[in-house]
Amino acid sequence: MKQPILAIQNLSAAVEGRQILKGINLTIYPGEMHAIMGPNGSGKSTLAAILAGREGYNITGGEVIYCGQDLLALDPEERACEGVFLAFQYPVEIPGVNSTYFLKAAYNEIRKHRGLPELDAMEFLTFVKEKVKLLHLPEDLLKRPVNYGFSGGEKKRNEIFQMAVLEPKFAILDETDSGLDIDALKIVAHGVTTLKRPDNAQLVITHYQRLLNFIVPDFVHVLYDGRIVKSGGKELALELEGTGYDGMIHAAAMPA
Amino acid sequence: MIITETKPNGALAHRVTELSLNRTELALPKRSADEPAWLLSARKVGRVRFAELGLPTLRDEDWRFTNVAPIAKMIFEPRLEPAHHGVTEKVLSQFPFTALAGGQLVFVNGRFAPDLSSLAQLPEGVKVMSLAAALATETALVEPHLCRHARTDTNAFTALNTAFFQDGAFIYVPAGQAVAEPIHLLFISTAKGHGTTAHPRNLIVAGRDSRATVIESYVSLSDAAYFTNAVTELVAADNAVVEHLKFQDENQQAFHIATVAAHSGRASNVITHSIALGAKLSRTNIYATLAGEGLECILNGLYLTRGEQLADHYMIVDHAQPRCASHEYFNGILADISKGVFHGRILVRPGAQKTDAKQTNKNLLLSDDATADTKPQLEIYADDVKCTHGATIGQLNDESIFYLRARAIPLETARRMLIHAFAGEIIDRVRCVAVREELDRLVWDRLEQNQQISGNPSCPTT
Repeated sequence: MKQPILAIQNLSAAVEGRQILKGINLTIYPGEMHAIMGPNGSGKSTLAAILAGREGYNITGGEVIYCGQDLLALDPEERACEGVFLAFQYPVEIPGVNSTYFLKAAYNEIRKHRGLPELDAMEFLTFVKEKVKLLHLPEDLLKRPVNYGFSGGEKKRNEIFQMAVLEPKFAILDETDSGLDIDALKIVAHGVTTLKRPDNAQLVITHYQRLLNFIVPDFVHVLYDGRIVKSGGKELALELEGTGYDGMIHAAAMPA
Repeated sequence: MIITETKPNGALAHRVTELSLNRTELALPKRSADEPAWLLSARKVGRVRFAELGLPTLRDEDWRFTNVAPIAKMIFEPRLEPAHHGVTEKVLSQFPFTALAGGQLVFVNGRFAPDLSSLAQLPEGVKVMSLAAALATETALVEPHLCRHARTDTNAFTALNTAFFQDGAFIYVPAGQAVAEPIHLLFISTAKGHGTTAHPRNLIVAGRDSRATVIESYVSLSDAAYFTNAVTELVAADNAVVEHLKFQDENQQAFHIATVAAHSGRASNVITHSIALGAKLSRTNIYATLAGEGLECILNGLYLTRGEQLADHYMIVDHAQPRCASHEYFNGILADISKGVFHGRILVRPGAQKTDAKQTNKNLLLSDDATADTKPQLEIYADDVKCTHGATIGQLNDESIFYLRARAIPLETARRMLIHAFAGEIIDRVRCVAVREELDRLVWDRLEQNQQISGNPSCPTT
């Protein structure tokens, strides 16, 4: 069997003394798209943050193996160089940092890490303009400061655009669908689907089933109170639509 | 250097003032007898005002964060005679903005150095010359403006300058003329002794429908604790478009006090930048009088301080007419035990309806011991106006740092990027491309030299 891209084993984590994750197990193989669904407060965003390397979480147990190495031992920038990408739920506005300059710096860090020559400004611009088209984004986005003054939808599209540029091996999309109107949602879904390849993997975190009308995950997991309480195929999302979280969790809690 | 004020208000300062005036009289070369009567009378007013006001103390509301007692102790040592003091064209080239295409007037210790100055081809009627020369040959152009805009009644330093200034620049752009390239006024100090004082005085007059860009630089070849007390009066007539940039990079021992008094006419557009990098203590007063309808005035500033530096910006934007827009943007980056002060007062007079006044002051503290004092003041006597102000004092945003790191950018690079961006918000407002690019490189280099930006691996925690 091929090596998993990500293997989370019994991961537990606390924030300020409060236990948020209580033993997560999840294995993701190349070519797969997984969706994690769950109500507010179930630990979805905490999981995303821990995988990307945000500070402030206390890992109380378990491990995360990414392509054979201990992911949690790496700094956020090392993870990104190794191909981990987090599409932020709340992308940060960075006035004064030009989008192209920022993306070129990020892209070249990753190339450097892979032992590839860095692209100069002209080469990068040519490359990046192709990607702008893919996401149906206005080209002037490249001239603006990172996320600065962007609408909610533009910010989310910009995350997917960055993903298209950086071509991660493993992408985590943290509620990328929230706050999007239907057109933006379609664009995001189109982008995500386009970027799916046999050698990479995606973890889509969402509160709503809505996004899954447009992208089709291979696996769906329901996260509740820091644990994955149910896993299945895409039909699980539909089931969830019918029963709601309460119904499903109630059923899952029943002895088998 | 710190004097604790225990005496009744001003007693110490007044003693110093008397002494100083007497010493100054002695130190001054015999003033030219052919100064016009109106100027002699303005000087007399300045002298009297200074004697009345004395140097400000911390009890003075407008000076409560900036202690000028060290200046009181040191000023008014005999000035240097006009000479180059080792400044050559080659030496000039080490200073910023000296390679720009426009004209350049050079002043060494406040005295005009004609052979170091160069004037590019100027459009017809445009005057770029020393103020002393202009007082002799262009009195009709100078008299309506000089000493009419920089007020001596509330500012002792302006009063002092008015009483004793010897030279500075005079720039006159007649109606309808445009000077495409920036004009650079370069003030170099070569002071050897502590307390050497210069009172540069500049007058910039932009006629109706004219355009001009003027840079004033204050730099140093000295390591003495000298004192610069500069005053610039800037007049933008109706429809004039003026960009003015004051660049202060005095040595780390120097004291720098400056006033920019800008008077804007109807539908004019004035942007004045203040970049403060040097001096032990600097204070820039900007008085913007919006004297015509429908004009726009932007005050934009950046201060970088480290060590024990203090950089103070004080401004009053006087909305005297309706439908004017004024925006103040000041960012400070403060390291070590340095201090930044911002005091912004917006005055909206009765009848100045539809005023749109905006003010922001942001301070980035790079060390736990740096301090920022910010004091917005709105005084509004009209009822249909939009006035906003905001101030922040903080450290680098952890969320922004994480965002950059999550995109493969190493921690140190991320911090530098954010600090540079913070400065960039201000630099980006410089309209003249050549000036903006040079300033950007310069500020970037200066930031890179700072240990707390480039060398310290620890991330500031909140």
